[in-house]
Amino acid sequence: MSGSQIKSLFASGHTACAGCGQSLAARLVIDAAGPNTIVANNTGCLEVFSTKYPESAWGIPWIHSLFENAAAVASGIEAALRFLEESSSKKRLRDITVIAQAGDGGTADIGLQALSGMWERGQNILSICYDNEAYENTGIQRSGLTPYDASTTTSPAGSRSFGNPRIKKPLPEIANAHGIIYVATATVGFPQDLQRKVKKAISLKGPKYLQIHVPCPLGWGYASSLTYQIARLAVQTGLYPLVEYENGVLKGVFKISPKPVEEYLKPQRRFKHIINNPEELSKIQEIANDNIKKYNLVTAAG
Amino acid sequence: MREFLEGSQAIAKVVSLCKPGVISAYPITPQTHIVEGLAQLIADGKLNSQFINVESEHSAASVVLGASACGVRVFTATSSQGLFLMAEVLFNIAGMRLPVVLTCANRAMSAPISIWNDHQDSISLRDSGLIQLYAENIQEAVDWHLLAYRLAESRNIMLPAMVCIDGYILTHGVEPVDMPEEGEIDRFLPEYQPPYKLDVDNPITLGCLADPEYYMETRFAIQETYKDILASMPQLFKEFGSIFGRSYNFVERYRLDDAEKAIVAMGSVCGTIKDVVDELRKKGKKVGLLKISVFRPFPYQEIYASLRSIPKVAVVDRALSLGSFAPLVSEIKALFFGKKKTPKIVSGFVAGLGGRDITKDSVKQIFRQLNQREVSGKFVDLKPELLQDKI
Amino acid sequence: MFGPIVAKPGSSRKNKTGSWRTESKPKFLQTNCIACRLCVLVCPEGCIEGLEKNSFHCDYDYCKGCGNCASICPKKDIEMVPEG
Repeated sequence: MSGSQIKSLFASGHTACAGCGQSLAARLVIDAAGPNTIVANNTGCLEVFSTKYPESAWGIPWIHSLFENAAAVASGIEAALRFLEESSSKKRLRDITVIAQAGDGGTADIGLQALSGMWERGQNILSICYDNEAYENTGIQRSGLTPYDASTTTSPAGSRSFGNPRIKKPLPEIANAHGIIYVATATVGFPQDLQRKVKKAISLKGPKYLQIHVPCPLGWGYASSLTYQIARLAVQTGLYPLVEYENGVLKGVFKISPKPVEEYLKPQRRFKHIINNPEELSKIQEIANDNIKKYNLVTAAG
Repeated sequence: MREFLEGSQAIAKVVSLCKPGVISAYPITPQTHIVEGLAQLIADGKLNSQFINVESEHSAASVVLGASACGVRVFTATSSQGLFLMAEVLFNIAGMRLPVVLTCANRAMSAPISIWNDHQDSISLRDSGLIQLYAENIQEAVDWHLLAYRLAESRNIMLPAMVCIDGYILTHGVEPVDMPEEGEIDRFLPEYQPPYKLDVDNPITLGCLADPEYYMETRFAIQETYKDILASMPQLFKEFGSIFGRSYNFVERYRLDDAEKAIVAMGSVCGTIKDVVDELRKKGKKVGLLKISVFRPFPYQEIYASLRSIPKVAVVDRALSLGSFAPLVSEIKALFFGKKKTPKIVSGFVAGLGGRDITKDSVKQIFRQLNQREVSGKFVDLKPELLQDKI
Repeated sequence: MFGPIVAKPGSSRKNKTGSWRTESKPKFLQTNCIACRLCVLVCPEGCIEGLEKNSFHCDYDYCKGCGNCASICPKKDIEMVPEG
């Protein structure tokens, strides 16, 4: 079929890898947000594969500046819209949704200072983290959101290493500590839930944070057809709990019937070195168990 | 209206009359009085603008980038380390062709940390794409901001502009200033009409990745734009003069016509040099000053025409390019290469680093040393006995 | 000279990423489809469309052949077939 009538604000023809979870999430987000949206994007995979000059996949006004400053650029956009609404005849400009989006490195590491500033100022901006758990764009280096034991090019597994020695930085909790209005996690594995959370976030005035789990076939080392399944398994094992806070109060969790973490880890090359190591597996199971307990993830029937 | 104003307050006032819609800044000495003044004007309801308090200069520059991309006139100010923290963003703003205007209250670079004046901060950003204008006094500081906005926002230019004012000397000094009237400013500086902007009714993508097929042309375009700036500024100076009654140029030639010796300098030290020139002229010495006001674009032709007939030239740098010639002298020497008519001597002096006063005696010393053969990288008023060689 | 880098919305559609497919492509059998739209939601290229049951198809100009649609179809109504 050619000459399709598909109307998406994130057009085909972008150059993401086949099966890219981030490109999928970007489309789900922007189609949920709608055309009355301006996006500021940090440097990273998403920026590179969607806006290679002279082409752009974006159907909304979109700007990329640097690796660490999308939150500050978005702050300037939001301030400009407030100024324009107050000083001109153009009304309802402040109803425009402003999104600051980045990968996990751009959010949790290099961009955290600007993001914290934006949250603290209380600006009406939705910040989105596309969490593929490493610096995939530069070649799969470890970030602050790389999970425990994942082998990356800068936290490689080896005879004296089980990969990344740290657990994920608790970004949703850091966001909540700023007293912002809405914090949630989502995943491409549950796309309707993801889009509902985007809509919920933009219905609220003030700073919002949405962290989306986006599997990366290249960086995680799994077959490109498994993006959706792996995303679901991360949730279903308890390793990536889907939670939703309003004003710091836990308002909702995505209930699960927990599966063993091996089901999630096994298809991924980044965990290959520990898949036959009961001691390390039990540590990862413990991370899942802690999440299950902390967020009360298990269904009543389960 | 003639007023006695602190430099920072004068700049805050003239910037407010330019009506920026978004202002963002981060505290750093000696810039702070400027944005404090603007914040107070907003707090008092005298300026309708969004003041965004940020957590770093990097974010201050990024906020004004974002607002400028929405088609709004913007302002920021900084100094020294703050300018360097902005540097990544400033290159980006220039490449994105956004007309951000900022004030640099010139201050030395750390280490050792120094809050006092020299030009190392702004000069180090000479390759960033920023238009750079240097003020000798508070009146010039005020006027350069009007020219900065007008230049930056011109449809054929669209580049960021930085007004450089010597920290403390101009930011905290008090001088009589002719503050332009709002009506005059409105005539000289019409409302900003962005050639493109982030607009939900006309969505565009800004900040694309450019592969080797496209990148070089974007840099060429900026380089060519600088030629356009050189070509368009004389008309702009004329227009400025007709509205405000003060005339400016790329350079100021002070008693140069028959001079046998000249000093080339930028910024507030030019006032001191003028006093010395006047004194020495009274004694019959044929000396003069070439003040460079516009550093980027670098006005080659005006500098060449001003200096080619002067036998002995001293260039005073208030910055270094460590390991090489100082920045200003190397550019001036380069422009004479291959020319038939040139000065016999172009000596390089380094003075006033980290707030060391450049006194009248310092200037006289420079003129005296122009009697001898050419010198290079000569530090003025150096006290080598202060250096420790043992710990 | 003013030469900003500005791209037009949705202009990436000029880039026909369907040429990336090397091994297999999805075949929409259109027999057991229940119009759950999951394939539309999970396609990273956004190149699957359809409204009614058994009407779903993809735009091979853009499909990179990742196979997520086939792997998640609850009715096994999409299968990956060899390219060509």
